Amino acid sequence: MKLIAEKITSNLIVRINGNFDLHTAEYFKKQISSYLKKEINNLILDLQSIDVIDSSGIGAILSIYKKIKKRGGKIVIININPTLKRIFELSGLLNIIKVYSSQREALEKLQRR
Amino acid sequence: MGNYAKLIIKSQTDNLGLARITAASFAAQLDFTVSEIEELKVAISEAVSNAIVHGYQEENGEIEISMELSHNQLIIVVVDEGVGMANPKEAFKASYTTTDERMGLGLTFINSFMDKVEIDSKVEVGTKIKMIKSPEQIKKQIN
Repeated sequence: MKLIAEKITSNLIVRINGNFDLHTAEYFKKQISSYLKKEINNLILDLQSIDVIDSSGIGAILSIYKKIKKRGGKIVIININPTLKRIFELSGLLNIIKVYSSQREALEKLQRR
Repeated sequence: MGNYAKLIIKSQTDNLGLARITAASFAAQLDFTVSEIEELKVAISEAVSNAIVHGYQEENGEIEISMELSHNQLIIVVVDEGVGMANPKEAFKASYTTTDERMGLGLTFINSFMDKVEIDSKVEVGTKIKMIKSPEQIKKQIN
């Protein structure tokens, strides 16, 4: 897994590349937690380059969701393909995390809050 | 018996990718769509993760992944010789989990992405998960 992070105002955009599974879930949580020490309110997860996500990856996102919610921020998702969407639906994460079609749309919606 | 292959891996998370890619490559002999292969990879990931986390409780052990083609069906069996479960039927209940952070979703995903799933487990003997999937295209032709 490779994470590429970019900060735009108080939003952090993280592009996830590769496999998001039991092998990489802990790395994801540690990396994101270290990013959150900076002045970040919201997290935008870009899923375009994910090869596989399984329940360990979903669990890691939920754990970060709880952390960000506690701080009054939001997590949103962009660039989700149909298979990933089905996994997110089955997990129930789509009930608490919003999906947007692009980074631009996500930034606009987060700005309006 | 149709074509078959067997992969034996050490129970460590580094091998998850190898297990997924091997099974996906083997499955490509049938007419699965890209999306069906993606689903299969998730199911393999869950079965092998279960063996690592629950079966061997992150200790050393071997996981055997048998793949077989039979009458347009892909049959995958994941076996560990870990701690096993007293009541494997319980594992199928929604959000069943013991300790992990995977939210008990592993078997939910396997059930959703495979056509048929059977679990056989005995305490101190191990666990066997048998998963069967046919390409959607073939199922439509049969119906």
